[in-house]
Amino acid sequence: MNETAVDETGLAAGQAAGAEAAALGTGWRRSLHRLLGRRMAVIGAVMVVVFLGVALIGPYVAGSSTRLGLTDILAGPSGAHWLGTDDLGRDVVARICNGARVSLLAGVVSSALAMAVGVPVGLAAGYFRGWTDSVLMRINDVVLSFPYLIFAVGMAAILGPSLHNVIIALAVAEVPSVIRVVRGETLVLRQQDFVQAAVADGTRDLAIMWRSILPNMTNTLIVKATVAVPAGILGEAALSFLGLGVQPPQASWGVMLTSAQQFLAQDPLLAVFPGVAIALTTLGFNLLGDGLRDVLDPREL
Amino acid sequence: MIEFILRRTGAAVITLFLASIAVFLGVRALPGDPATVLAGESPTPQVVAAIRKQFGLDQPLPVQYLHYMGQALQGNLGSSTQDKAPVTQVLGERLPVTLELTFLAILVGVLVGVLAGIVSAVRRGTALDYAANGFGLFGLSVPHFWLGLLGIVVFSVHWHILPASGFVGLADDPVGNLERMVMPVLVLGLGLAAVVMRQTRSSLLSQLGADYVRTARSKGLSRGQQIRHALRNSLTTVTTVVGLQLAGLISGAVITEQIFVIPGFGKLIVDGVSSRNYPVIQGAVLVTVAGYVVINLLVDVAYAYLDPRLRMAGGSQ
Amino acid sequence: MPLLEVTDLRVQYRTEDGPVHAAKDVSFSLERGEILALVGESGCGKTATAMAVPRLLDGGNATIGGKVVLDGTELTRLPEKRMQDIRGKDISVVFQEPMTSLNPAYTIGKQIGEVIRRHTDMNRGQVRERVVELLELVGMPDARRRLGAYPHELSGGMRQRVMIATAVACDPKVLIADEPTTALDVTIQAAVLDIIRRLREELGTAVILITHDLGVVAEVADHVVVMYSGRHVEHAPTAALFDKPQHPYTLGLMDALPARAARRGGRRRLTEIPGMVPPPTTDPDACQFAPRCARADAGCTAKRPALSRVDDGHLVACYHPGPGGTA
Repeated sequence: MNETAVDETGLAAGQAAGAEAAALGTGWRRSLHRLLGRRMAVIGAVMVVVFLGVALIGPYVAGSSTRLGLTDILAGPSGAHWLGTDDLGRDVVARICNGARVSLLAGVVSSALAMAVGVPVGLAAGYFRGWTDSVLMRINDVVLSFPYLIFAVGMAAILGPSLHNVIIALAVAEVPSVIRVVRGETLVLRQQDFVQAAVADGTRDLAIMWRSILPNMTNTLIVKATVAVPAGILGEAALSFLGLGVQPPQASWGVMLTSAQQFLAQDPLLAVFPGVAIALTTLGFNLLGDGLRDVLDPREL
Repeated sequence: MIEFILRRTGAAVITLFLASIAVFLGVRALPGDPATVLAGESPTPQVVAAIRKQFGLDQPLPVQYLHYMGQALQGNLGSSTQDKAPVTQVLGERLPVTLELTFLAILVGVLVGVLAGIVSAVRRGTALDYAANGFGLFGLSVPHFWLGLLGIVVFSVHWHILPASGFVGLADDPVGNLERMVMPVLVLGLGLAAVVMRQTRSSLLSQLGADYVRTARSKGLSRGQQIRHALRNSLTTVTTVVGLQLAGLISGAVITEQIFVIPGFGKLIVDGVSSRNYPVIQGAVLVTVAGYVVINLLVDVAYAYLDPRLRMAGGSQ
Repeated sequence: MPLLEVTDLRVQYRTEDGPVHAAKDVSFSLERGEILALVGESGCGKTATAMAVPRLLDGGNATIGGKVVLDGTELTRLPEKRMQDIRGKDISVVFQEPMTSLNPAYTIGKQIGEVIRRHTDMNRGQVRERVVELLELVGMPDARRRLGAYPHELSGGMRQRVMIATAVACDPKVLIADEPTTALDVTIQAAVLDIIRRLREELGTAVILITHDLGVVAEVADHVVVMYSGRHVEHAPTAALFDKPQHPYTLGLMDALPARAARRGGRRRLTEIPGMVPPPTTDPDACQFAPRCARADAGCTAKRPALSRVDDGHLVACYHPGPGGTA
């Protein structure tokens, strides 16, 4: 009697999972279709693709970003240097391309790190609740109470300024919000019938989290990632601007702005291009993120 | 409500306690031995050892921590390694500057953000809505420090309307102070305004679709009264977002102070790291974190006040 | 002249998948003190029909056609400002979800008082007394003390009483009650129905009762409109409908009633009507119940049957009406 009951719930859970999977398959195509129907999202996607192209291919095409020029110093845009040269005669286009690569690296790696830490922790906190949740959320509060810049300053002071340390600082800054979102989703999903059925079924906790809960928050995670990447890009620029990240002569958009700061009066254009590059890139991600948010409709965020 | 506040306060105290340990250990992990730095130009091992003993640096870390916190709670954060001035005095000079900057930025950010958010939600699909949305995306995407640089180029270098940098006390010269604060405050407030605007818009839109707004409509209430109903409930989520933005705002303040050469906490910390002025860094970070935790506590209380479910019961959010 | 006369009402929603015809050519009238039930499965258009009367449908997405005349005033073309004067005063609504239909941020005293202040010149004290009176009318225990209560402190049944108190605060001519008992416990259901019946008797309020529960209909309604897929397929006095149901769909609904099913074959089994409701985006010139109907023939799919009189005040839209064998 008891056994049949267990069997039935197991069957029901299996069917539910199957149905979810099927819905996901058609859901994807429908979501993509709806996304393509949104002009702003498409514009954002195009901007992101352009950025990716510049970051991946640009440095090979545009030449060296650190080659000094002796004749053309602080030159305006010309045929030879489309966006002019900086105070050491370096080609601004080449430096922007190199900066794009740094930005891409910082945005993607810091988000990936934050997800890698935040998703398991958020899952555990939301799934086990109780004291696990309390302890994890208290630690989360502590991390959250350190402004990322202070953390980055500390990292730079202890380990020396570098892109690595900036990326780690940005990842740490992003982790609490990932945890918050994943925990919230998990708390909701945990109450759903298909999860309850799996619990009643005696499925192991890890398996439930991995197979029943995680796949159902894919939409949320996708949207979260499209928001985290531009945040990372902005953060890298800010930290490198303060001299805590990428070090000259290597180019990063933030570093370019630092050196442009000294020539604001003579050559304000030098401060314009890197800023425009940052703004357009983050704008692209934000437009895409907004579109995805509308289409995928995550509960949290 | 009382129970809720007590519980939140308890959590805040624990957070502060853990954070103070983190700060303490973090500062100890900084390179260079503070005793060596304190010993001056050419330290002999004897002098260093004496200083180490004098400052209790030869004690085990937990003892050092308890000693430091014991002193801190009595208002003694040690003294600056540079000019031997008490850290509390150094912090006391810098704190009002940063407080003014962040307070004004929050004020501008919340006011502009909430108003723009309301307008765009209520006038959904109109030119005003598009303008507000454009503003939100702009504020979210544009790096603030870059805007600060452009602001200096345009308003200081070209038009000479506003001073590019420097700082005078609010009490010494109110006009001069505010003149110098305009750009930093706008630069710092813009990002917050953008986030608050987007949050206000989306939560107001969703609340306007709620069943109770339909009820309000069925009672014959005007559109304005319906919006008031919805607004009360959407502001709760806006308060949480403001709380979450605070950490980012403090980071932004550090950068803003750097660009506009404002002698606040941010500059103090950044300069302190390069001059290895550990007591000052430790004190400044501790106060910053404490300020963050306390403001967040206040945000929680505001949230509880806005949401009667929490106000009455103590809630289990 | 009837109090409310609805003629050829059409409600259309714009959606991503094209226009949805929620209500098609619905006509009925309501006398003072009459309780009219709109009955059908969920999605049949009964809520859209009723909510079109005070124009409480989704803002920009819905269009209303046809005529709605209340006491000589045509409502569908009335400016929104004038309509606001009518809502809450002449026509008021009790919604289906008592849990979400009250604003969580305001006390119930304020929420009931609001409608009184909106439509009368009473001062604070008078409004307060009136609210207490209303709460007592709907059977709220300890009414005066509850004025400062927030919705979350009340049970579902109590919240629904608050909703009813709000709805009747200005002695409306027409009360629209949308599944007022569905979300409630059985015991509270009875109490709520009792309140509605009493209001009709004491205040002469006319009621449009939206429900899918024929048991509720039998208990309180004077007339019944049965709706299927956006159209009304049968319209009759309650007694006549239960005595001699004409439309196969009505018969199907009745067989789904537990008591009746039990009475019929002595078996305690519910009969479900086989098949699915047609998609609301289509509006073919055919009987829309035909695909699920045992009596359907070629004629049913060739042309839509019009409403025709089978008895005094008993209308049905079917080529093969009658209380005979079920679908």
